[in-house]
Amino acid sequence: MQPSTLDVQQFGKYPPLARQIAVENIALLRELPLAFAPLLLRELIGYDWKFPAERREIDSQFKYLASLTPQQRVAELQPFAQLSLSSNLENLDWINDPAGFSERLSAHLWTSHQMDGFRTASLRYVDKVHAATPKPVLPFYRLGIVIVGGGVAEATSPLFRKLRPQGVYFSNVDAANGRAVLLDLVRQRAARYPIPFGHWYIDGAKNQAEPGITAVCYSGLDQVRIALVDKMREVMQPGNGGPEYLRSLLARMRPEDFGLPGNGEAGVLNRFQVSVLTEGSGTQLFSTTFVQWTAREALRRAQPLTLLARFTPRQHEQSMRDLLAGVKEAPQLDPQGSLVDANMGAYYTWINQQRLAGAEQSRFLVWFENHKEVLAIAPGLQHGSVDNRATTLPAVLAKMTDQS
Amino acid sequence: MPDGQENIPHLLNELIPQASFFTQVVNHGILGHYVATASLATGVYETFNNFAAVPPNNPTVFEYFRKDLNRPATDTWVVAPSNGFNRIGESGNRLYGEGLGAGVILPKRLLSAALQGAGEPQYEHLLRDNYETPLYTPELAGNRVDLHEMAELLKMSVSEFTTHARNVASPDELSVYIAHQLMHQLAPSLLWITLHDIDIAHSGAYSLYIDAIRRCDRLCAEIWKTIQSEPEYAGKTTMFILPDFGRDSDTDPGGNGFQHHRTGDALSRTTWMMALGPGVRQNAVIDRPLESTDLVPTIGSLLGFSARFSQGKPVAELT
Repeated sequence: MQPSTLDVQQFGKYPPLARQIAVENIALLRELPLAFAPLLLRELIGYDWKFPAERREIDSQFKYLASLTPQQRVAELQPFAQLSLSSNLENLDWINDPAGFSERLSAHLWTSHQMDGFRTASLRYVDKVHAATPKPVLPFYRLGIVIVGGGVAEATSPLFRKLRPQGVYFSNVDAANGRAVLLDLVRQRAARYPIPFGHWYIDGAKNQAEPGITAVCYSGLDQVRIALVDKMREVMQPGNGGPEYLRSLLARMRPEDFGLPGNGEAGVLNRFQVSVLTEGSGTQLFSTTFVQWTAREALRRAQPLTLLARFTPRQHEQSMRDLLAGVKEAPQLDPQGSLVDANMGAYYTWINQQRLAGAEQSRFLVWFENHKEVLAIAPGLQHGSVDNRATTLPAVLAKMTDQS
Repeated sequence: MPDGQENIPHLLNELIPQASFFTQVVNHGILGHYVATASLATGVYETFNNFAAVPPNNPTVFEYFRKDLNRPATDTWVVAPSNGFNRIGESGNRLYGEGLGAGVILPKRLLSAALQGAGEPQYEHLLRDNYETPLYTPELAGNRVDLHEMAELLKMSVSEFTTHARNVASPDELSVYIAHQLMHQLAPSLLWITLHDIDIAHSGAYSLYIDAIRRCDRLCAEIWKTIQSEPEYAGKTTMFILPDFGRDSDTDPGGNGFQHHRTGDALSRTTWMMALGPGVRQNAVIDRPLESTDLVPTIGSLLGFSARFSQGKPVAELT
C-alpha cells in the first residue's frame, strides 16, 4: 500500500504514545513517499521505550515536516519520491513492521544502485531538520571520560595518538584512586543536574546502579549474551535460516525474551541493552567492542551530559594454531590487545560526543588506568600539546573545568 | 609516517617500489564481500544477495580465459578462505558457465573435513565465515574441490595437509600455503587468491583487525617471493593486489569507522590496486580514478581474451 491510503485504524497495534502521535499526524503521514514514511514509522513505533532525547528528535522531525507547506514538502521529499521501488516493497506490512521494510528497502537500494542517491537525500534531510530545530540548551558542559588499559603493565605502542592533536597529553599524572575520583565526578554531576538518562557509566567488567546514573556493564548481561549466542548458533546452522533471517529475528527480540522487564524506566534501559547485543556486531563476543558500541549508542540515542566508559581486558582470540593444538585453558584475557581496542574506542567515543549539541564546550578525558598518562580535551587547553610536569588527576580535571 | 602505514611495511617497502600503484579504485557496486569479489571477477557490478550461495550472473575472468584461450580446467584456480565464496569459480551465464570455470579450493572447509574424518572435534571458530554473522556456516555448492581431490591434485596426503594446518596461525596462512602447493604442482596460468582474515574487523576489535592487516601484508610479499622462486612463474608473471572495497570513514555518523562497510561513503567505496610484473612500470603512482570493474578487461588485454560482458575498461597504463 501507499502512504496516501493510511488510516488511523491501522495503527491499532502501536503502543499508546506512538499511536497518539501517528493519529495526530495522519494527514502528514499520508503525504509522505513510500521510501520515506516507513523509515519515520520505524522510529515512531518504539517511541514509548525511547530515551527523552530520542523522543525530542522524533518530535522535531514531525514538527519540521508539519512546518512546510504542501509544495515545500513535496520538493523536500522529492529525492525520496523519485527512488524506484519494487511492488514487493509496496506490499509489505510496513506499518506494523517498518524495521523489516527498512531492511528490504536497503537491500533493494543496494542492488538497484540507488543507495548513493538515498544516502545523499537522507543526509540532506537530516541537515534540514537539524537546521530547523533549536539547539538544546545544556545545563552544563558535556563531559566524556574513558578509562583504558586495565591489567596492562606497560603500553607497547604510543597511546592516544589520534586524540593528541585535540588536547593536552599529560605524561606524569599522579592518578591515585583514579577510578574513584572519576566516578565521584560523575556522581557529583548526576546530583547537580538530575536528568533522566543524563549520566552514564559503562563498564567492560562490572558496575552497579547508582542514583541518577545509568549503569550498564558487560558482566551484568552475561545471561542475556549466553542466551543470545545459543539462539544465534541454532539459527545459523545450515538450513535453519541464514544471516538475513537471523538479523530479522534479532531485531524482534525484546527484554521479555530474556526474562527482563520490558516496561517502565527499566524497560527503556533493558530494551537499549538488548539492542546493543542484538544490533551490535561483536558485542556478544568481546567486552571492548561492547563498551565502544554501548558508548556510541548511548551518545547517539540518549545524548547524556556525562558519560564514563571503562574498557577492561577482553577475552583472548585463539589463533588457529592454538585451536587445532587443542589448547583449552580457562578463558584467557588479552590486556595488550584490549588496550589497542580501547585506544581506538576512546577516539570513536570522542567523535561521537562531538556530534552532539554543545560540542564546542564539551570536555573529554582519557586515562590509562593505574598509570600516569592522561589525555585531556577542553576549550582553552592547547591542542596538540604535551605536559610532562608532575600533576594529579584532580588537578587535570580542574584545568579542564577552569577553561569554561 | 601517515597513520596506518606502519602496518604494511612489506607493501610499502618491498612491493610498491616494483609496482604501478593506483591510488583510487572506486567500487560503485554492493559493498558485501562475496558480491563485491564476484564483481571483481566478472567486471560487472553483480547484484545478487551477498549471503546467498549463488553463482555470479556474468561470466567470470576464469571462463573468459578458458573459453577464449581453450585452456584446460587445471589451468585456473581460486583459493578462498571464506566458505561463502564457493560459487565464485563459474557464472550462471548460459554462454559460459558450467564446465568452463575455475576449480575452487576452500582450505578452511577442507581442514574441517580432514579433522572430522580423523574423528577430531569440529571447530565452530574455524569455520566462522564472517564476523557480521559470526556463527554463519553456509551450505556448499558449485565447482569446489573436496578433500581427497585436493590431496590428489596437490600430491599431498590429508595428514600432511592437517599437519601443516596445525602450524599456521590463521585461515589466510593456510590459503597461501595451498596456493603455493598449487603453483608448485600444477602451475596454473590464472590463480585467484582471496584473503579474508581482515574480516575480523566486524567484531569491532581493532587490535585483531590490525593483526590481520599485518598478516595480509606479509602474505602478499610471500606470494610475490614464491612467484619469483618458481621456474614456471619467475619473470613471466603479473600479480595484481587489490581490496574489494574500503571501510566506513571514522567520521561518518551512519557507520562505526573501521568496523563495517555499510554507509556507501567515499572511503568505503574507494580503495587501491597495485600491479607487478614484466612490462609493468615500476615505482609509478597513478592517481586517476579507476573502477573495480576495470580489472577483468585489463587481465584480458594482458592474456589475450575478450571480457566482452564487462562494464570496465582495460587500464591503459598496464596494457
